[in-house]
Amino acid sequence: MSEMTYSDAVKDAIRMELRRDPDVVMFGEDIAHHGGMMQVTKGLLDEFGDKRMIDTPISESGFMGMGIGAALRGLRPVVDLMFFDFALVAMDQIQNQLAKTIYMSGGKVKVPLTIRTQGGGWKGAAAQHSQMLEALFVHVPGLKVVTSSTPADAKGLLQASIQDDSPVLFIEHKQLYGVKGEVPEGDHIVPLGKADVKREGSDVTIFSYSYCVHLALEAAEKLADQGVSAEVVDLRTLNPLDFDTVAASVSKTHRAMVVHDSYARCGIGADLAAQIQEKLFDELDAPILRVTGGDVSVPFAGELENALLPNVERIVATANELVS
Amino acid sequence: MPQAPPSGSNRPSDSLSKDDLKGIYRQMWILRKFEETLLDLSKAGDLRGSLHLTEGQEAGPAGACLALRKDDAITMTYRGHGYYLAKGVNIKEVLAEIIGRENGTSRGRGGKMHVFDPEHGVLGANGIVAGGVPTAVGAAFASWLKGDDSVALSAFGDGAMNQGVMHEVMNMAGLWKLPVVFYCENNLYAEMTSLEASSGVTEVHKRVAAYGFEGVKIDGNDPLEVFDAVTAAVEKARAGGGPTLIEAMTYRTCGHYQLDPGFGGYRTREEVEEWKAKSPLIRFGAVLKEKKICKDKDLKKIEEEAAAIVAEAKEFALAGPIPSVDGLADGVFA
Repeated sequence: MSEMTYSDAVKDAIRMELRRDPDVVMFGEDIAHHGGMMQVTKGLLDEFGDKRMIDTPISESGFMGMGIGAALRGLRPVVDLMFFDFALVAMDQIQNQLAKTIYMSGGKVKVPLTIRTQGGGWKGAAAQHSQMLEALFVHVPGLKVVTSSTPADAKGLLQASIQDDSPVLFIEHKQLYGVKGEVPEGDHIVPLGKADVKREGSDVTIFSYSYCVHLALEAAEKLADQGVSAEVVDLRTLNPLDFDTVAASVSKTHRAMVVHDSYARCGIGADLAAQIQEKLFDELDAPILRVTGGDVSVPFAGELENALLPNVERIVATANELVS
Repeated sequence: MPQAPPSGSNRPSDSLSKDDLKGIYRQMWILRKFEETLLDLSKAGDLRGSLHLTEGQEAGPAGACLALRKDDAITMTYRGHGYYLAKGVNIKEVLAEIIGRENGTSRGRGGKMHVFDPEHGVLGANGIVAGGVPTAVGAAFASWLKGDDSVALSAFGDGAMNQGVMHEVMNMAGLWKLPVVFYCENNLYAEMTSLEASSGVTEVHKRVAAYGFEGVKIDGNDPLEVFDAVTAAVEKARAGGGPTLIEAMTYRTCGHYQLDPGFGGYRTREEVEEWKAKSPLIRFGAVLKEKKICKDKDLKKIEEEAAAIVAEAKEFALAGPIPSVDGLADGVFA
């Protein structure tokens, strides 16, 4: 184990995979020579050369679709989308093509392509560079959708994503790159499709993922001071969803809430609430509540952005509402 | 009209054997009979959904696929039956797929618009007109990155030239000199809208000048001219010379789909009849007679052979098992 930032953990995962498998290639905008907008891939061009780390023109639909062809021909591409918002530029290739190819082939082909991207606000990046759009990609079947909240999970889940034979959307978060944590050295695999209980508790479960897990953990600390024992479950993989872990936690605490910084309507919280009430209604002692990024585009002004996105105080207040 | 390849000596097609030439004719008839059978199956209620036939455009797949190796990649659109058949996909399994049977190429999950056969390089027919072009360019990208000598061809219509992703991947193909052939069947209509009503530049091959590679215009109803042009483009691609766009002039003598009569409204009956007389089957049959390779009875025999191959495939398909609902969610993931 060694302590490293989330950013270095992501780089470590990509480096491990590029070393492990000569069929792994990475391409996207400004990733090779510049080292990525967040500097996560800096230095990889020097180690792996320009046929493994490739800068592309700003053509998200085009290079996303080329990733599909490359994957069908034996490569294992990591396709970099500089901002999550840019996935919307490439929607036909991601949702009509990439996500459906295995199914449309009757399971005949493998499509080992990982989209690596980053979303999230709190940076004054406004409406087209701050979105978390995971719900859109869970909604359409065929993509594994993976998030991580710690450096160790980032490394382990990204290595697992790249090794997976189905397409994976691996979502990082702007607020996480500086977060530090202990990370296993060498190959590190965290299996896809497994949630993780980040803090045990008995009164209420806070389901979250990505950066908001940190807000949830901070809230749980404050709630403990107030005598409320909150469990924090990091869903990590949003598709396929680890409902067993969800069910075990709800069956223990009987109160559930969901925290995410993406939009509320038809979001992960809405889906999780629906699934929990469908399958575990008798376990619930209270309605399932949500703390989300609302249904407003991310505003530019800091005061407005902070008012829109989740914060510790809202999580604490919502948890208290549930247990009162 | 033809600008390339030059006529006269040293055409790649000059070296085709008599059997190759008869094979082209047979391949075109297989496609025609296949599509007639699809229409019959549709009328009989055995085939679900809309059906996009390619009557009159048989020369493209027969000529182009003959210029490709088994390991070369190809993508096509929903009007691409001819391409996957000519590339070597099992005709019985394709027909089973098109009527939704478990022994179809995609176990009945894909249907006529989504045929895959990676063993023969078929990386997917597609329901989006330019949607599969990036896949082919990506296959060429893989060849380029790995340093192997396989090439990719994407067959699409003139309508696909007006979707944005086409231009993104053409730009990258030109940038990296990827080994890909863009085979544009210019049949003058994108569904029911004419070329003139779709773009200010109706000479499709001129548009790729913007991406720094060559565009050529050919008679797409002559399978030998198709073979020559694709062979030249493939040789250039294999040698590292980058992409080519081939604008193959042709005409769909049937409707856009089975309920479109094909004339009235967007085309006149006279125009359709004029092109029917220029059908690749009629023209190439005459060529085979002129070259003294076939007599009328030989041509008829090839047509009957094609019909028998398709009839056998139809029998296989209709006898195929209906997919079990238990397997509905198979293949969402690998």
